[in-house]
Amino acid sequence: MHHEQVMDTCFSITMNGKSLQVRAGTTVAVAIVQSGSLSRHSVLGEPRQPLCGMGICYECRAQIDDLLHQKTCQILCRPGMKVATE
Amino acid sequence: MTESFDLIVVGAGPGGLAAAATAAEAGMRVCIVDDNPTCGGQIWRGTAGEESTKGTATKWLERVRDRVSVRSGWTAVDSVTGLGKWRGTLRTERDAQTRDICYSALVLATGARELFLPFPGWTLPGVYGAGGLQAFVKSGLDVSGKRIVVAGTGPLLLAVSAGLTYAGARIVAIVEQAPLSRLARFSLSLLWGHAGKLIEGAGYGWSTRGIPYLTGEWVNEASGDGHVQSVTVTSGSRVRDFKTDMLAIGFHLIANIELARLLNCVVETGFVCVDSMQQTSVKGIYCVGEATGIGGIEKALLEGQIAGFAAAGRLDRAKEMAAARDRRMRFARRLNSTFALRTELRTLARDETIVCRCEDVPNGSLRDCRTWREAKLHTRCGMGPCQGRICGPATQFLYGWDSPQPRPPLFPTDVSVLAEQWKEDARSSGIMATTES
Ligand SMILES: Cc1cc2nc3c(=O)[nH]c(=O)nc-3n(C[C@H](O)[C@H](O)[C@H](O)COP(=O)(O)OP(=O)(O)OC[C@H]3O[C@@H](n4cnc5c(N)ncnc54)[C@H](O)[C@@H]3O)c2cc1C
Ligand code: FES
Repeated sequence: MHHEQVMDTCFSITMNGKSLQVRAGTTVAVAIVQSGSLSRHSVLGEPRQPLCGMGICYECRAQIDDLLHQKTCQILCRPGMKVATE
Repeated sequence: MTESFDLIVVGAGPGGLAAAATAAEAGMRVCIVDDNPTCGGQIWRGTAGEESTKGTATKWLERVRDRVSVRSGWTAVDSVTGLGKWRGTLRTERDAQTRDICYSALVLATGARELFLPFPGWTLPGVYGAGGLQAFVKSGLDVSGKRIVVAGTGPLLLAVSAGLTYAGARIVAIVEQAPLSRLARFSLSLLWGHAGKLIEGAGYGWSTRGIPYLTGEWVNEASGDGHVQSVTVTSGSRVRDFKTDMLAIGFHLIANIELARLLNCVVETGFVCVDSMQQTSVKGIYCVGEATGIGGIEKALLEGQIAGFAAAGRLDRAKEMAAARDRRMRFARRLNSTFALRTELRTLARDETIVCRCEDVPNGSLRDCRTWREAKLHTRCGMGPCQGRICGPATQFLYGWDSPQPRPPLFPTDVSVLAEQWKEDARSSGIMATTES
């Protein structure tokens, strides 16, 4: 019961400079996909999005606040968090 | 000051949770480390879905919460053994901070990941791992109204399709590469001694009804402009197209054995070898769950309890569970032979198809390499941040190369570390001059 209440709370994060509403419990990788952003461009410039969802492939890596190359599929959104994809 | 525990468990899926709870209840001081934001592993991730096992999940999570020191969001990146009073030290990392923890005994419950095979279009946005997409939905992704093709191989495709349907997606087709003849034998073998599994299989039936379940077929191309829009499915002779918004694809599971290999535990055919008490070839280091053989949640729970009792010296209790564990293990073997990969899948990647997604290495440049090491040094295949976790198993299937030897840190957060490792590799093989020019 308590858990469901927490899940229903919404807050905003900043995704590439724009404000984005997310539900508590959303991972940053999901926020990236949901916002229609790419997580990165590959070495040859191909567009990429998260693949494995479990911390293995690194396709979801992005900058969170001051930390570069964070595996966003294993990090939950926090209110006010700033995410920058490539 | 470095903390120390009687037992550290790496991985908080069913196997790890069972080991931690059991050992703690038997009086050990236990710590559990897992890289996800919450405990539960692959199956008990988040709150959505998996109604059938929710009760079991709650039970194990509660048993752990009160007695075990839980380190969620921490990744085990290295471990050394044989240091003085304690058997070993585990190095963990989170948000670029490092913490070492000492242990007398260690349980590896690192689970499994999906196998991905390269085919034209597999790097397009909108192509996700099957379990990957399931994980995204469990962590908040809205797929309602989306058309999704689910493809690859394994029972996971059915579980994922059920979950996606429940979340409001429209499954266009489920494409299973294993032939119907083999799948039929599998169901029959389920009837023989695994009633529980059979019920689980039937449970997925409700949502797969009315959806084409294509067997003996596979996706040979995904295409679209900047995002997947259609996939081509073939049986070898017949070819057809499906319009879709997403492709969820995975070729069954492979064990996460990197930490075990780093600790010099013996590994055979991709799985960590253990004795009847779940102990690896290294004394005091145990391994449970998918890492010892892909076999599902009940096997993981039994093995976890056995390891927990064994580590606590309660061998009598551990032995009581051995027979049930062995039955699960036999089921696991049948499961894996049912979903053996067909050789046609080796021919899907064209010359220009990317094999190593981190470094964008195309298949054509790998054809002349004889070993993984050679490929690495000449093409940078496997040199990116995933350290060959995706392309290593793929090239093992495509070219028969041995999987890469893991090295610390197991999951790099600092990309410069990799550049240094690469230089070291190149230097030790004497090809620095050619690759650096
Ligand atoms: C993607 C995926 C989806 C699945 N979906 C289903 C399903 O829908 N239904 C079903 O019946 N079965 C499913 N399975 C199988 C089921 O998850 C397993 O049978 C069960 O979870 C086995 O548990 P385990 O304890 O062995 O490992 P897991 O549940 O895989 O747990 C291992 C944990 O260890 C963590 N870990 C690994 N390495 C490290 C490290 N170095 N440091 C810190 N933490 C680490 C992982 O992130 C993970 O949380 C799925 C498996 C996968 C891989
Ligand atoms: S999606 Fe693969 S590591 Fe995050």
